[in-house]
Amino acid sequence: MERMALLGDEAVALGAVHSGVSVAYGYPGTPSTEILEYIQQFYQQGPLAVWCTNEKTAYEEALGASYVGKRALVTMKHVGLNVAADPFINSALLNIRGGLVVVVADDPGMHSSQNEQDSRFYADFAKILCLEPSNQQEAYDMTREAFDLSERFQIPVMVRITTRLAHSRSGVVPSPARQENPLLSQVDPSGWALLPAFARKQYAQLLLKQKDIRVFTEESPHNQLYVPNRGNPSSVPMGVITAGIGKNYYMENIDSLGEELPHLHIGVYPLPVEKIRTLAASVPRVLVIEEGMPFIETILRGILPHGIQISGKLDQSLPLSGELEPDLVRKALGLPSREGVHLPSLFSLPARPPQLCQGCPHGDTYASIKNILKELPDAVVTSDIGCYALGAVPPLAIPETIVCMGASVSMAVGASEAGKKHTVAVIGDSTFLHSGITPLIDAIARNVPITVVILDNGTVAMTGGQETVLSTANLPALIRGLGVDPEHVITIEAHRKYERENMEILRREFQYPGVSVVIAVRECLETARKKKSNKERAE
Amino acid sequence: MKYDILLCGVGGQGVLSIAAVIAQGAVMEGLQVKQSEVHGMAQRGGAVQAHLRISSSTIHSDLIPKGAASMILSMEPLESLRYLPYLSKDGVLLSAKEPVLNIPNYPDLESVLTVIQQYPHHRIIPALEIARKIGSPRSSNMVLVGAASKFLPLSPETLKKVIEGLFHQKGDGVVHSNLSAFEAGRRDA
Repeated sequence: MERMALLGDEAVALGAVHSGVSVAYGYPGTPSTEILEYIQQFYQQGPLAVWCTNEKTAYEEALGASYVGKRALVTMKHVGLNVAADPFINSALLNIRGGLVVVVADDPGMHSSQNEQDSRFYADFAKILCLEPSNQQEAYDMTREAFDLSERFQIPVMVRITTRLAHSRSGVVPSPARQENPLLSQVDPSGWALLPAFARKQYAQLLLKQKDIRVFTEESPHNQLYVPNRGNPSSVPMGVITAGIGKNYYMENIDSLGEELPHLHIGVYPLPVEKIRTLAASVPRVLVIEEGMPFIETILRGILPHGIQISGKLDQSLPLSGELEPDLVRKALGLPSREGVHLPSLFSLPARPPQLCQGCPHGDTYASIKNILKELPDAVVTSDIGCYALGAVPPLAIPETIVCMGASVSMAVGASEAGKKHTVAVIGDSTFLHSGITPLIDAIARNVPITVVILDNGTVAMTGGQETVLSTANLPALIRGLGVDPEHVITIEAHRKYERENMEILRREFQYPGVSVVIAVRECLETARKKKSNKERAE
Repeated sequence: MKYDILLCGVGGQGVLSIAAVIAQGAVMEGLQVKQSEVHGMAQRGGAVQAHLRISSSTIHSDLIPKGAASMILSMEPLESLRYLPYLSKDGVLLSAKEPVLNIPNYPDLESVLTVIQQYPHHRIIPALEIARKIGSPRSSNMVLVGAASKFLPLSPETLKKVIEGLFHQKGDGVVHSNLSAFEAGRRDA
């Protein structure tokens, strides 16, 4: 088949399609978003690829498809797995039927994230297999293999990628596509009801499976050990363990090394303990090059004898935070640094941080809020995950807290109940649907004085403009239905030309000693621009 | 043969579309390509970069090592200076002349251009001005691709074929104006 230039995300998507996936669920999150987008763009006749309310519903919907025999893909960014953690951990105890593959894209360096947690810990915690591709071809091949492994071991299987692979494009040669699984007409429910008595049995089964899983990863060619032939093995300064794209940075520098080092590359977890011991048997030191947290490095300390020096992030051979780069690996290998050209020392280069687009509706709503806050200096403003988080930096500098999806509403509830008179939660429409509704129910149940400002641009904007799962028109009825007094569910148009009226409404609702919700509506500029250009193209 | 290009600019300028044209050209000439892009938050008016690596043999790292880039290709003068540590000592520093003034502390433009001019292999291309002159202000990106083509290890005919393919759906007029932009940029470099 012909070679295609694909992003790592796209290679995952194509691998899933060619493995006969029937449904693909997810919630947008950088750097995972392009996986579902690729299926949506190029496979409009199927498989089904849809955005869900949040990662938990996405994961559970995928589980439902697996239960009736179909192959299911579920995608998210690393912090999304926190939201889906409940079904994720429990699903390892089920007798997975149709292959269930969860692709998690980690974001070391926090290019577009709140933390740099490493999903390999989650896979280890759940006791499932985790495949970690190092290039686009492997992203394709391993996604296909993950579906087979899921059905073979009857467990969910994780594919872990990181930003630089997700968003890097290179050649992929696909292989012939496999048919979808048939829908089971008779579904066997055994192993799918986790009542304590059953769950104990299922957990015992999962523990039993570990032996076969470990035999598999020990023998898998993805965990490749290379021991160079040499006359005098005592002179080898170190062995190298790489994982994921850490291998690329090692290989980039290998020509400068002058001698071949024993090298073990890890592509599938749990770790192959025997291969690691074989590598370590002939060297005084092992250097671990892994993208993310020191996962392998930490485990090595329990596997290898004390005499062997283990280097990596914990001994600062590589930085503990941030992503790897070829030059950081070069330094860890003990090679001299290479330099480019320099700026004149007197020239200072100002930073150019991301910012709200010129004319963004969020900017107009923030301008109104900022004016009122001058009158309410004691007010607490919590906010959330999305483009509007950019309002936390000057010149706006309005949101005080940004923690995780939905936390603006719940934190406003807590601050209000702790005694703050004016608490305002600023949240986007998609984030509100994702995780803002449940804390609003808390507020309604206890009549907590908060104002929720929903910045409704009809778009999941930060991740590139996906459509919100429910349209704007549904929000007022939804919120009134939850029990907010209809007089305090108010829709405004988020435009500076209505600033005076909008300020009046916001001022009144901020002062109202009960639950109020102001929905500030105007379409995202990028969405409007895209619609216009699609329309022009159609004409 | 290996040729590493660090492309940069400000989110929204279309850095990725330039990268895509050059990468596709390299693929058409049978070369290996890796292209690392920035998606997500930075695309909202922040500094963005793409690492494009072209080689006749296997490319390992998705990121360009320091001092290895054969070219910095920038859509904005200030941004062209942000990635100098990646530029090899004999690499080309090629930037559009027109600034994007979306930060309050943008330095004096003349001083930015003067810094660029201190590097031996530099080109400052008035991409927007050229694009306007040929009556196609939206094709300043292709002016830059044309200018870069003077140095790239790819035939200009290949790149023109890529441009034709890219804009073919939008009609002959759009194809023609982008090809003119490419030629004008190439003449100016």
